[in-house]
Amino acid sequence: MSNSRSDAPETSPAVPERVALPESVAVPESVAVPDLVEGSSGDPLRPSDHADAPRQARQPDNAPLGIVGWLRWGWRQLTSMRTALVLLLLLAIAAIPGSIVPQRTADPNGVIDFKSKNPGLYPVYDTLQLFDVYSSAWFSAIYILLFISLIGCVIPRTKHHWKALRARPPRTPARLSRLDDHAESVRTVVDGQDASAEASHAIDLAQAQLRKAGYRVERYDTAAAGNRPAVFSVSAERGYARETGNLVFHAALVGVLISVGVGGGLTYTGQTVIAEGDSFVNSLGLGYTSFNPGRFVDTEHLSPYTLTLDSFDVSYVPVGQAGQGMAGDFSANLTTREPGHDAEKQSVRVNHPLNMAGDRVYLMGNGYAPTITVRNPAGDVVYREDVEFLPQDANMTSLGVVKVADGLSSQVGLVGFFYPTAATLHSGAFTSAYPALANPLLTVDVYVGDLGIDDGTPRNVYALDTTGMTQLTGRAIGVESLKLEPGKTVALPNGLGTITFEDNTANGGAEAVKRYVSLSIHRDVGAPFVLFFAVVALLGLVAGLFVPRRRMWVKATPSGDSVRFEYAGLARGEDPAIAVAVADLQRGHEASLGDGAARAARAAR
Amino acid sequence: MPAAEFSLDSVSVLLVWTAIAIYALAFIAYAVDLARRSDLALKAKDAAPARELVGAAARAGGAGETASGSSIAAIRAQEDAAKADLEARPGARKRYVWARIGTSLTVLGFLFHVAADITRGIAAGRVPWSNMYEFALTGTMLIVAVYLVVLLKYDLRFLGTFITGLVTVLLGATAIWFYTVVVPLSDPLKSVWLVIHVFVASLATALFALAFALSVMQLLQARRERLAIAADEASGYEALADTGAGKPAVNPDIKSGPRFLRTLPSADALESLAYRFAIIGFIFWTFTLIAGSVWANDAWGRYWGFDTKEVWTFVIWVLYAGYIHARATRGWRGTRSAWLSIIGFSAVMFNFTIVNMFFKGLHVYSGLS
Ligand code: HEM
Repeated sequence: MSNSRSDAPETSPAVPERVALPESVAVPESVAVPDLVEGSSGDPLRPSDHADAPRQARQPDNAPLGIVGWLRWGWRQLTSMRTALVLLLLLAIAAIPGSIVPQRTADPNGVIDFKSKNPGLYPVYDTLQLFDVYSSAWFSAIYILLFISLIGCVIPRTKHHWKALRARPPRTPARLSRLDDHAESVRTVVDGQDASAEASHAIDLAQAQLRKAGYRVERYDTAAAGNRPAVFSVSAERGYARETGNLVFHAALVGVLISVGVGGGLTYTGQTVIAEGDSFVNSLGLGYTSFNPGRFVDTEHLSPYTLTLDSFDVSYVPVGQAGQGMAGDFSANLTTREPGHDAEKQSVRVNHPLNMAGDRVYLMGNGYAPTITVRNPAGDVVYREDVEFLPQDANMTSLGVVKVADGLSSQVGLVGFFYPTAATLHSGAFTSAYPALANPLLTVDVYVGDLGIDDGTPRNVYALDTTGMTQLTGRAIGVESLKLEPGKTVALPNGLGTITFEDNTANGGAEAVKRYVSLSIHRDVGAPFVLFFAVVALLGLVAGLFVPRRRMWVKATPSGDSVRFEYAGLARGEDPAIAVAVADLQRGHEASLGDGAARAARAAR
Repeated sequence: MPAAEFSLDSVSVLLVWTAIAIYALAFIAYAVDLARRSDLALKAKDAAPARELVGAAARAGGAGETASGSSIAAIRAQEDAAKADLEARPGARKRYVWARIGTSLTVLGFLFHVAADITRGIAAGRVPWSNMYEFALTGTMLIVAVYLVVLLKYDLRFLGTFITGLVTVLLGATAIWFYTVVVPLSDPLKSVWLVIHVFVASLATALFALAFALSVMQLLQARRERLAIAADEASGYEALADTGAGKPAVNPDIKSGPRFLRTLPSADALESLAYRFAIIGFIFWTFTLIAGSVWANDAWGRYWGFDTKEVWTFVIWVLYAGYIHARATRGWRGTRSAWLSIIGFSAVMFNFTIVNMFFKGLHVYSGLS
């Protein structure tokens, strides 16, 4: 660098010369070494405000722009580095509210909760789409603009790069000594040899060496003319994979986006609940408790497989150990039947979903499903079901609802609490002390009146709307709740009939109370494509960031009985190892010239 | 706090506290080093004969002080020398005694840290990074490991205070507030992805931490350079034409930031080093994001659901993508992109602390209540 300071007049003394980007060397000499100027044919095409792009003359401010001119200007703005950057930062900022405000998709109960706690704020947030940030107009606008910018940026670069891939390395610059990474040595020719032939041969060796190191090479020899000596040189270039990687990375991002978008339309998710011994049929009308199809899903033609829950395994950390009562090793053991296949025993575990005809079946939850029978005073069964109780705490205190619409003198609603290991609190209330069935107990509060299900409005099967109903038992009215252990039958108040908590072992079950599982069934056509493009993006990224792109030159100038060798390298973009590469080139080349001739007179650096 | 009785886990806790104490001492040693190393540089200058040629002399490997006529030229010379020091092989480095003590202590603390981590893993019978306590334990260990490995290549001991300070605070907070007894792994965590995803995320965090610290230094150094150039302009010196004919216009070290900056390379050199760490971190982070999605697809039935932790991982990824772009955007290289690196790492720390503790979501594995 000291050279360049001594023989090149600095143009702007106030600017620290530290901005030693290649152009600070090349620009003053652009006539002599045209190929060093950024933006030459072999270089990647960059948006005009790329830090390494040559500064372009501004459009004269007063030149009138036609419509086309404005459009072109707008497009250039949209596909500039600055716009990409600003949009990226906006995207980061816009994503944050969705982690603070509950989202309808991820946390619907949180939204309901928010509404009841902040009735004033709710409509404002709702208008701003803060409960649906990731599908909101503003979030979408940002990423759509970003991807338009991306595509607009990548397409011309790809075209350009396609050509560059077949271009030859540029001419050897006239004065290699102007480059930052440069070395030279002078060798005397062995007596009787021709310096020119020696130089030419040496460049042949350099060419082979560079080619072997993965460079694309081109010879540029000039014959002697007048008093200018003959010059032999090889120009080499490598690292096209850097730009390829960068383009692949950006294009793969588009692939990810398209896969997510298209995949979303072809995807469905559904939930179902199965008690031990029961079956699920994969059909919209029969099996699902809820079902969310994408826009293009043909819900009439789901693959009609069935799943039967044979048993459910779970283990709990024993009492007295750290993490007491913690549940784990969940396994839903199923018999699966697919048309055209034999029935199979398979299990669904957490992290190990089951594949069924292209669907993935996930184990999402589990609980107890006490079998409850209600009889009228005459002893006829009016209700008998495995009722899924929803766990309320880690020890599986569970809440369940029974609605007996017909067969009794009035409609009856039962709100039950199930305690797998019942214990009494100081207050006299029950609680569950352990999640396994050590001391199972069911307590029931009885309501009579209108269940509100006759008018056809859909009701949540897991909740009882007690408005318009009269409570007959329970702490709230000072009447003790009904209490049942498995196998027990007690009378309902007011002579309504009886209720039985069936002992499942009596029916050949393994445990006194049945279990149930909730399964989630997904079909996601896009996911494999998303993964594919994500991995391609990662590979492109590695190439785009770490493949060094550089040019190398070796030049031999014979004069009299000696040859002057020059070695130089020019980094294109981030390349921390360029100096080492030039040194290696020189060392390797000198070694190939052989020790006998190794009479390097002086190293210029 | 753990139970008083003896167990492998309580040994681990003891080792953690020992490591914290040693890191704190290392921090002190490094801080003393920073306070003293600029004086050392000055003394070295007095001992050496006055040098004349700014660039060449500095490159030749002196202390970097020259009788230059302009502030910025003097600073450049210091910086060139500092850059050579930065890249010197471990054997050929400056003998900063306090920095050596700091590094030795860091290595010692690290050994205790590793022992603590391994005993915790044995006590738990699995990889020691499956709740917030263990994740912090392993994550901070990797930060130190990455720092020590990088030291083999670059003399980054001037970041020692930052690294040991950060790790002392994080590890101390972890031991005080995050400690959780060993309990069996919950089902969703029983996955190879736990091993891969979390480990790579920690590595990325460590690299981002180094990039962050370098970016901070870059900002300080850039300010110093700017002030010197302004001073030169004010006094009519032409920064680059000068070869030592005039007297110093101003003392280059007056009011331009901490004195240890004299032993640091230029803002540009710091920036490209920060960038190098950030891009490796970015690759790891990208991998973390992909691995996390694959895991989520197995455990939760969807690869992406804008769960809070997912959102923050994404935000951080986009911020660093922004940083990489900023470096390539005219008008953004330098100070502005450094700020993005700082913001990015702040988001990483926010994600690790605040989001884990206070935000609601599916990643409820902190083990805290
Ligand atoms: C989804 C949005 C985008 C993301 C996440 C993104 C991310 C990245 C990343 C990670 C890199 C460094 C990787 C490499 O060099 O291979 C990069 C480089 C680059 N990006 Fe993007 N990008 C996005 C959009 C854009 C857009 C819209 C443009 C065009 C204006 C653009 C132009 C570039 C250029 C020119 C580089 C090379 C930078 C250099 O020379 O170092 N990117 N981008």
